[in-house]
Amino acid sequence: MRMWFVCRFCCPAAQSNSNPEWEAKVLEYFKGQLREKESHSWVPSLNDVPLHYLKPNSLVKFRCLVQDMFDPEFYMGVYETVDPSTKANVLRCGKYKDVTECGVDLNSRNTVTAERQTFYCVPIPGESPWAKEISFLSAARVVPSTSYVPSRQKRSYEEDDDDMDTQPQKQREPHTGGKFGTVNEPHGNGDSKRQETEAPSSQTTAPSDCSSHLDLNFPLPGERGPACLVKVYEGLDSFKLNDTLEIYGILSVNPVLTVLGEEKDPSLLLLNPTESMETPEEQRAHDPPASLVPRLHMLYARPLQHNNPLLPSAPTEDQSAFVSSFLVEMASVRAELLAYLTHVLLGDGLAAEYLLLHLISNVYTRRDVLPLGKFTLNLSGCPLNSYTERLYQIVQQLVPCSYRLSMSLHTMNSMRLVPKKDYVANRLVSGALQLARNTSLFLDETQLEQGQLDSSGVRNITALGNLISWQKVDYDFSYHQMEFPCNINVLVTSEGRSLLPSDCQVPLQPQVTPPNMEEYLTTIHMAQFTSQINKFRVYLSLARTLDYSISDEVTKAVEDDFVDMRKDDPQSVTAEDLHRMLVVARLLSLSLGQTTLSRDGWMRAKHIDMLRRSRTEQQKSLNGNEP
Amino acid sequence: MFFVTALDNNIYFLLLSIVDMSSPLMYGTPSSRVEGTPRSGVGGTPARQRPDLGSIRKAPQVDLHSDADGAVASEQALGQKLVIWGTDVNVGTCKEKFQRFLQRFIDPTSNEDENAGLDLNEPLYMQKLEEISVVGEPVLNVNCSHVQSFDADLYRQLISYPQEVIPTFDMAVNELFFERFPDSILEHQIQVRPYNALKTRNMRSLNPEDIDQMITISGMVIRTSQLIPEMQEAFFQCQVCAFSTCVEVDRGRIAEPAVCRNCNTTHSLALIHNRSAFSDKQMIKVQESPDDMPAGQTPHTTIVYAHNDLVDKVQPGDRINITGIYRAVPMRENPRQSNVKSVYKTHIDVIHFRKTDEKRLHGLDEDSDQKLFTEERVQILKELASKPDVYDRLSSALAPSIYEHEDIKKGILLQLFGGTRKDFSQTGRGNFRAEVNILLCGDPGTSKSQLLQYVFNLVPRGQYTSGKGSSAVGLTAYVMKDPETKQLVLQTGALVLSDNGICCIDEFDKMSDSTRSVLHEVMEQQTLSIAKAGIICQLNARTSVLAAANPVESQWNPKKTTIENIQLPHTLLSRFDLIFLMLDPQDEAYDRRLAHHLVALYYQSEEQIEEEFLDMAVLKDYIAYARTYINPRLNEEASQALIEAYVDMRKIGSGRGMVSAYPRQLESLIRLAEAHAKVRFSDKVETIDVEEAKRLHREALKQSATDPRTGFVDISIITTGMSATARKRKEEVAQALKKMIQSKGKTPAMKYQQLFDDLRGQSEAAITKDMFEEALRALADEDYLTVTGKTVRLL
Repeated sequence: MRMWFVCRFCCPAAQSNSNPEWEAKVLEYFKGQLREKESHSWVPSLNDVPLHYLKPNSLVKFRCLVQDMFDPEFYMGVYETVDPSTKANVLRCGKYKDVTECGVDLNSRNTVTAERQTFYCVPIPGESPWAKEISFLSAARVVPSTSYVPSRQKRSYEEDDDDMDTQPQKQREPHTGGKFGTVNEPHGNGDSKRQETEAPSSQTTAPSDCSSHLDLNFPLPGERGPACLVKVYEGLDSFKLNDTLEIYGILSVNPVLTVLGEEKDPSLLLLNPTESMETPEEQRAHDPPASLVPRLHMLYARPLQHNNPLLPSAPTEDQSAFVSSFLVEMASVRAELLAYLTHVLLGDGLAAEYLLLHLISNVYTRRDVLPLGKFTLNLSGCPLNSYTERLYQIVQQLVPCSYRLSMSLHTMNSMRLVPKKDYVANRLVSGALQLARNTSLFLDETQLEQGQLDSSGVRNITALGNLISWQKVDYDFSYHQMEFPCNINVLVTSEGRSLLPSDCQVPLQPQVTPPNMEEYLTTIHMAQFTSQINKFRVYLSLARTLDYSISDEVTKAVEDDFVDMRKDDPQSVTAEDLHRMLVVARLLSLSLGQTTLSRDGWMRAKHIDMLRRSRTEQQKSLNGNEP
Repeated sequence: MFFVTALDNNIYFLLLSIVDMSSPLMYGTPSSRVEGTPRSGVGGTPARQRPDLGSIRKAPQVDLHSDADGAVASEQALGQKLVIWGTDVNVGTCKEKFQRFLQRFIDPTSNEDENAGLDLNEPLYMQKLEEISVVGEPVLNVNCSHVQSFDADLYRQLISYPQEVIPTFDMAVNELFFERFPDSILEHQIQVRPYNALKTRNMRSLNPEDIDQMITISGMVIRTSQLIPEMQEAFFQCQVCAFSTCVEVDRGRIAEPAVCRNCNTTHSLALIHNRSAFSDKQMIKVQESPDDMPAGQTPHTTIVYAHNDLVDKVQPGDRINITGIYRAVPMRENPRQSNVKSVYKTHIDVIHFRKTDEKRLHGLDEDSDQKLFTEERVQILKELASKPDVYDRLSSALAPSIYEHEDIKKGILLQLFGGTRKDFSQTGRGNFRAEVNILLCGDPGTSKSQLLQYVFNLVPRGQYTSGKGSSAVGLTAYVMKDPETKQLVLQTGALVLSDNGICCIDEFDKMSDSTRSVLHEVMEQQTLSIAKAGIICQLNARTSVLAAANPVESQWNPKKTTIENIQLPHTLLSRFDLIFLMLDPQDEAYDRRLAHHLVALYYQSEEQIEEEFLDMAVLKDYIAYARTYINPRLNEEASQALIEAYVDMRKIGSGRGMVSAYPRQLESLIRLAEAHAKVRFSDKVETIDVEEAKRLHREALKQSATDPRTGFVDISIITTGMSATARKRKEEVAQALKKMIQSKGKTPAMKYQQLFDDLRGQSEAAITKDMFEEALRALADEDYLTVTGKTVRLL
């Protein structure tokens, strides 16, 4: 109820008031309201609720990635118009709106021109179905409790409500398992909940169909969900490309926006220079129909550290309490997760350990050009026949964002990995490497066959190499390249050693050889309760955010150790090895919930690294021709 | 203050038209052109429309300064107080001021290339007018900073009210011009084109306050439209009585006359296209240059309109400075809709273009886009330079994440500064290379790539390529056909793009031979010659090359020479001033320091790191400043020291009967010494610079040119690809073989294998098959024998 009134207040009421003070007050009010506990969950989310159920000009939120930043635009902050009823000149406010009312007096001296910028935002690419589902369920649970829902909307929510009440418990347990069963459709509709909401929307506008001729520019193929043009008024410099944000703003779907774009009189075109500036492609990219790409006038945006709905999202006291309570459990959850991963990796405990470390790795800082904390893992010796695909599905179940890139010759040659600026449409055409921070990128090299890579294939491979070595992607701006730093966890599965660089290679040594791989993995997966899986999910997201330090004493020990190792075998121990072991030690400590490196931790890191090395050397001597 | 009712306006308008015939009111309107009315003092030269200044509809009206006593002003007083409506510009004063500026402005320190050949102690713009009278190109470019230094108030008016002030300037120039050169015949009246407005430099900083003001921004052209004929004046003819009338285009629309004024027929007028007046127009899209952008954001674009002769002056890819008027136009109102989008469309009407990368192609020796340093910044830099340990400080600030390799870092530091550019073209030597080239070779995983990445990120014009992925075409330049215009366009590659910068080439050894051959020219002559698809040209590529190469056998073999290890042609190697080996030193103390460094890297916080090292930004500025402003020259002692050093180097070798230094090494020494002087911000190269250059050069030589067989430094390894000892050995084997054959007496033909076995049996040193073959080849060259298949025949 309250939120609805807030909107009423902000939009029409403020219009007659040109005093800029109100702007600050409005923002403050909203921020204050949203800071209140739970209050953000009253706001319906564009991610969960189909667009046509949302009331125009109401407050909505949107969890998204900034895919492109358009040029700043000037708009009428205040304009003068004639009130149709009183015939008097009145001033109106143009902020948070797309369209003016009535005839505008363009020559009025009271017109105030202001500046805003448009961001093209898409849902977080590769968001796992479970993350979507959980945030959807938690949102749906809260929204009906506010009684603002207009009648049309109410019906739909009641439907959802019914589902909610009857389904959740009995449906959810087998649900995840069921999802797992229908593996052939990775983005599949095994998700009954989502289907429920998508179905009615396809009757009206069928967004998936429309998006085929209107390219919504999602970074990953096969994505769905609304894209949004977000109008940003404040703090333009604080936003960066590829930021993940939760945006609170006023929804605008005025059909005028579309009509204006389409109505083009060719005779006028010649004479009116302002019209001929834009190519049709550009218009399509910048002014798509509002029914497909709604406009969102941002009031407030919260940068997201992660998109795991199981964790408190804001860094408040809430979160620290949550963290400290979970820290106690950390070691036990780790053991369970390790056991689970060991099963998944066919009984290979060492590989499971490394996979776990990989999953919590994070680029925590950069020293000049060197990203610190990255931990690209190369799992070599993977069994063929869709094992990697299964492995990905299990990883997907654990992390909130992921994408599997099957590195077949065809995809490498044809797929666009690096975003490229399209100067005709004046937008950044997205590529599969435009990903949110901490996304798990699963590169499946087992799919690669012998053959010819063409020039775009070579470029793609180079881009992947750069991503792994420097954690950056060079976006293609035709006349020059621009470097965008990123923070992506890359996992490479391959038969032999990967052709891509990696921080650490672990040859998989299966202890069991199940006759039916599919069945084997499915059983493992089914054996886990959702609550258990949820714990894993929280664990992985949380371990990543912990702080870490090394005491002087341990520093000394590490140094001594390194010198000794070099003394023993100067050929095989290099600076690179020390780099890797320091990362391993860090991740190992964090995975146990320890925020400082202990001597023990260092020895453990050394130990598992030694095991791994002996394994790779073994591999090398087995097939001697490997470099 | 200027607000008046419409009625007042009309009155003053009338008044003015009587008072001041030469006011900008009449200036350049199409009607004046059609009627061909010559204005006083301007002769018969027609005025030309300036669509860049906006539509005539906004022709300024004139208002009176509200007088304190409010008395009706006399005509004369009016002339003093008249200002253009909405501004504080008084036409008369403004004109006078500008004429005074033209007549008096002198800039003795000017170093703009445009002013080449002008006498700097004479009024600059009067000379330019003279030029116009000779050349006949009626355009006068005026540097706004000149106007500002001459009359700050005039400059302010120019920036704030360009639409009103520039026509006034035009008028002033034309009066002055035709007074001086009454007989000149110009195509049209002179147009003033101001440039270099100081107001705005960056596209990102444009904001609503800049609307209708004059701005200068820099950017890169990304797209140009085709020519758009824009109607300025519509010509209508009555179908009944052939009466004709002209209608001006107003806000992009033509008000079609409904009734013929002559015969009163309604709807009888038809538009005659070929008698209407059009002007050329072109839409250009400009994108922010990558240097101006904050990290993590996408570049902005702006639409620019070029008019008349500025059309087709720029091509996509050009970097330009644009001076123009920033405009915002409301979205067209749709008559059928009451609601409109509340957004303005913005664009810039160009007054002046200036290409900033032109010089790269034409080779004028000046950095156009010099970085401007604030006083405080310069102070900080100078303070830093005065510290005695600045050299060490800077070198340790370079790539702090990479451990040790102090000498390599120092070498790279000197490369970043570069030598002094000298021009010997008078004496036929051409340009003397000032850039330092460095090759790093060594074991894989010794952070060579990381160093390269760091340098690439540090310098403004850095390019990074990998030898594996680049082709000769990608490095140099290629010719592309523009799909739209079918025009051939020269696209420059990495080497040309890094002109005045550093080209980092990773995996140098993996580069194909044809690609590498391109580098020969670049690394010594600093130019690139291209003859492709009918385009023949020579581009400047004054780039320093920083290359990294891996040994052929994945691990560096200490028993082999540099050449043998990396298998690069010695012709190319000798073009590197410094060749460093990055090897694992394998010693305990080193290991300890390395470990300490790496661990610190992982746990130190940002602040600690910053305390320890110089900021990357300071380093960047330091280098940029030194490169632009410091041009050290050798002093007497330094030259002596250099001569001695060179003679010493020659002596070392001559003792053992080989040449250990070539003039190229002397040149390298000079460059390094100059660079070191630059580091100290010194204008003189002194003995200490030479000492350091010598030391560094020796260090690099020690690493790369040591003959593994003898342990001596032998420059011929790099210059000829073979050490002197190896060459001596080769000769010895050949002589031994010859002796052996001679001892065998008269046998015209011998078995190859037999001979080899005999030789091996005879010689005390092990002789490999390679050595044997080499010896045979040497004897064959002497015309002593020939080898055909498996038999050896004497001649």
